[in-house]
Amino acid sequence: MRRYATAAALVLALAFPLAAPESYYLSFASRIFVYALAATSLNLALGYGGMISFGHAAFVGTGAYVSSIFLAEGVASAWIGWPAAVAAAALAALVIGAVSLRTRGVYFIMITLAFAQMMYFLVNSMKAYGGDEGLTLPARASAGLGVDLGSDAVFYYVALAALACAVYGLHRLAHSRFGRVIQAIRENEARAEAIGFPVYRLKLACFVIAGAAGGLAGVLLASHGKYVNPNVLHWTQSGTLMVMVILGGVGRLWGGAVGATAYLGLEDLVANHRVEWIASVFPNYQQHASLGVGAVLLAIVLFAPQGIAGAFARGRRA
Amino acid sequence: MLELSNVSKRFGGVVATDGVALDVRRGEVHALIGPNGAGKTTLIAQIAGDLSCDSGAIMFEGADVTRAPQHERVRSGLARSYQITSIFRRFSVLDNLALAVQARSGSSFSFWRPVAAEPALANEARALAAQIGLAGREEAGAATLAHGEQRALEVGLALATRPKLVLLDEPLAGMGPEESQAMIALVERVRSEVAVLLVEHDMDAVFRLADRVSVLVSGRVIATGLPAAIRADAGVRKAYLGESAAA
Repeated sequence: MRRYATAAALVLALAFPLAAPESYYLSFASRIFVYALAATSLNLALGYGGMISFGHAAFVGTGAYVSSIFLAEGVASAWIGWPAAVAAAALAALVIGAVSLRTRGVYFIMITLAFAQMMYFLVNSMKAYGGDEGLTLPARASAGLGVDLGSDAVFYYVALAALACAVYGLHRLAHSRFGRVIQAIRENEARAEAIGFPVYRLKLACFVIAGAAGGLAGVLLASHGKYVNPNVLHWTQSGTLMVMVILGGVGRLWGGAVGATAYLGLEDLVANHRVEWIASVFPNYQQHASLGVGAVLLAIVLFAPQGIAGAFARGRRA
Repeated sequence: MLELSNVSKRFGGVVATDGVALDVRRGEVHALIGPNGAGKTTLIAQIAGDLSCDSGAIMFEGADVTRAPQHERVRSGLARSYQITSIFRRFSVLDNLALAVQARSGSSFSFWRPVAAEPALANEARALAAQIGLAGREEAGAATLAHGEQRALEVGLALATRPKLVLLDEPLAGMGPEESQAMIALVERVRSEVAVLLVEHDMDAVFRLADRVSVLVSGRVIATGLPAAIRADAGVRKAYLGESAAA
């Protein structure tokens, strides 16, 4: 059943650009894929590894900025800039994780937040690369091999492929030796250590993989809008990613993707589709899309704590 | 094979263990008894590596493990079980045991190949489940087990690491008479392969199982010896046995 649903979703996603070439919604769908990738990467650390990182934007931002800096410096090839950006995000996760994972609970949340905010202020002060105004890119990176990343349809497929690889990778990882241990550590960290697992190193590895995948999302995010600014590293961005994961389902394979789709879809619905009867009571409601998102989040936490993906899985079993 | 010298731990002003000297020999069941608050669980945690030592040294198999992280001690053959059941509650019995098997066989930095493709892990976990009396319960979620079964799994997780010395912290805690007998029988079965340091309040079990007994009072070992000698020791009777007999 799940297999058919996945295949159907994939076919729909593959066919979508044929139905709506070069449209607003093609770009919007690409944006959803990119955020879905970012949320999926956070879900690996947060949902599978039990590491409540409030600084995931640091890795998304590292990927976005490093890839953009390569372009700004005239290195147009995606084959150089993109891997370098992902490696930089992995390195950032290694350093931040190595320090943060020595703490637990609320201290871990706070220290990851603090690191991300430090990086936010760091890029804010990088005057050579736009400072607080951000960096506008002349064009997307070039991939060669006859692939024109500048085309929105091609970019759409690249983002879709990245997301599909991430979800499949997460599926493989979750059932591997590593994935089993990571989930065991989430369940009972002390006992995992007491049966002989090097808990700290395993968590750090998980954090680095999540950071690298978040970096790839950042690369695509900057590439998508041909623009990057420090807000990509702001703590609210980390919060948005967390909200997506909670909406979709913490520790669920499709949690990140479902959550990102629901969040961005809802935001778009409120902002671009005026409902007259609501507007007659709250004239400015469309400027407060986050209020709607907040209400939905509240409902999810109260009535479907396993998230949207979790609620579906439960419904099928029942 | 295990030798403690002058091991101490204080929590603020409270001295939990105070210059403990203790040795456990190969092949023996060594019981550690003492009144509540004597520091038994603290000492187990220090030996296993859950807690650090403020002073003293812990030698295991001739190597100084005083500062070794817990997972390294486990790999060298020193594993523990907990007084308060600590299992992977959302995992099945089989997955609990398979995890412990995985911890000591091969690398866990394997990201792609499914665990399901390694029947060796599940097979050994199945054998362990049978050994601890949970045959037929392999697919049950750990959280759904009865108390006695959870205690068996608790001890099973420690045994699954294939230790040379296992530290059992009150394995009979909260058990009924039948479950207790099953646990005692389990210790009897494994004692030929693994040395045991047993913390236990059930004196029947202690005197049935132990080759030697040490008595811990206020963080200090006040006596070590054969069960019969400990039973007869006036100081021990005063500090502990008489007290519990009166209660």
